Amino acid sequence: MLMLRILHRGALALCLAAFAAVAAAQTAPDVLVKNVSQEVLGIIKADPKVQAGDQARIREVVETKLLPYFDFERITALAMGRNWRQATPEQQKLLVEQFRTLLVRTYSGALAQYRNQTMEYKPLRGDPAATDLIVRTEVVRPGQAPVQIDYSMAKAGNEWKAYDVIVGGVSLVTNYRDEFNEQIRAGGIDTLIKSLTAKNQGGK
Amino acid sequence: MTRSALVAVVAATLLLGGCATTKRGGVDDPFEPFNRTMYAINEPLDKYFAKPIAEAYVGIVPSFIRTAVNNYVNNIDDLFSAVNGLLQGKWDKAGNDMGRVIINTGFGFGGLIDIASDGGIPRGMEDFGQTFGHWGFPQGPFLFVPLWGPTTVRDGTGELLRLVWSPTNEIPNVAVRNTVYGFAAVNARAQALDATSLLEQASIDPYTFVRRSYLQRREYLVHDGNPPPLKDDD
Repeated sequence: MLMLRILHRGALALCLAAFAAVAAAQTAPDVLVKNVSQEVLGIIKADPKVQAGDQARIREVVETKLLPYFDFERITALAMGRNWRQATPEQQKLLVEQFRTLLVRTYSGALAQYRNQTMEYKPLRGDPAATDLIVRTEVVRPGQAPVQIDYSMAKAGNEWKAYDVIVGGVSLVTNYRDEFNEQIRAGGIDTLIKSLTAKNQGGK
Repeated sequence: MTRSALVAVVAATLLLGGCATTKRGGVDDPFEPFNRTMYAINEPLDKYFAKPIAEAYVGIVPSFIRTAVNNYVNNIDDLFSAVNGLLQGKWDKAGNDMGRVIINTGFGFGGLIDIASDGGIPRGMEDFGQTFGHWGFPQGPFLFVPLWGPTTVRDGTGELLRLVWSPTNEIPNVAVRNTVYGFAAVNARAQALDATSLLEQASIDPYTFVRRSYLQRREYLVHDGNPPPLKDDD
């Protein structure tokens, strides 16, 4: 039951993670998180198709409004850990594609469950000139403990992009690293690609 | 088994557990095959037993009663949080929790109404597992317990202490006491109804996902939200 409480938090988190993506040229990363998440939350609350649970529409919102602010190549590389360098460029491309699809599906599913939550944004800590930092937010739900959602962000060129989401202390990248490692240990990188692809094609 | 004997057993397990470590990528799971079996057993148990009960509970029981049940459980958690705050020298948290318990028990009908939260007193959320961690006990082997969930030797010991010492055990009327146990159990599952489907969607291997989520979450709590960074190997 403790587990369930934690999973609950994790799930919500994943879902809310979606809301708070980031970035656009030359905007401070915390401002970007706020702008993007407010925009997406606004759509989720107002769009009748989203409200009716239209999965295609929800995915479209995720694809167009959130994805540009996530660095999927970096997310995949981090989740792969040292195995990333062992992968051929072709394998890397497939991994990024499949992992991206999996995350979009998960986020979309989570967004569909969104209700009655508000986000609070915390001031940036540390060096304002940094090119790699953590933007901290908190999701507040009536009658429940708040959930911390942090975004690890890096500046590439002029753009800030998120490369990890940490929900209540649970890092998305670290979680997937275990899964990826197990798959690779069992049958190599191609097995991982196969599992991801099968997962993405497996309905639900 | 008497209560003190049980406490002695769990304490011994904790000490032993601290010694047995076979780690892979920072995960200590020597009983993985057994745990995976338990995880597999848990799935139908949850799907056909725990979850339907929780859904019926949410569907049938009025929300003010469900809130009261949740508040009752939280009030007891707050009591233990106060104790564990003290055991770790976190005086502010312990003070808040103590205040919460006194206010909610005294003026909230034995904890059924959470007046303290309305008054803005935050919950400390400390527990025995965190106290052990604070004083340097390692997590020990990971365990998956059907209908309970992921835990470790260290945290599971704490959870047992929490159960053994719960004030609910002191309710003299057996029927009332068992009813309270039942409501508390159903409440715990009901609190998490949205979560599981998402987990299935997110992961290739839910067991691994649950394990790492649990361990990360606990590490984060032991360090009050500032865990040491993970090493970047695997």
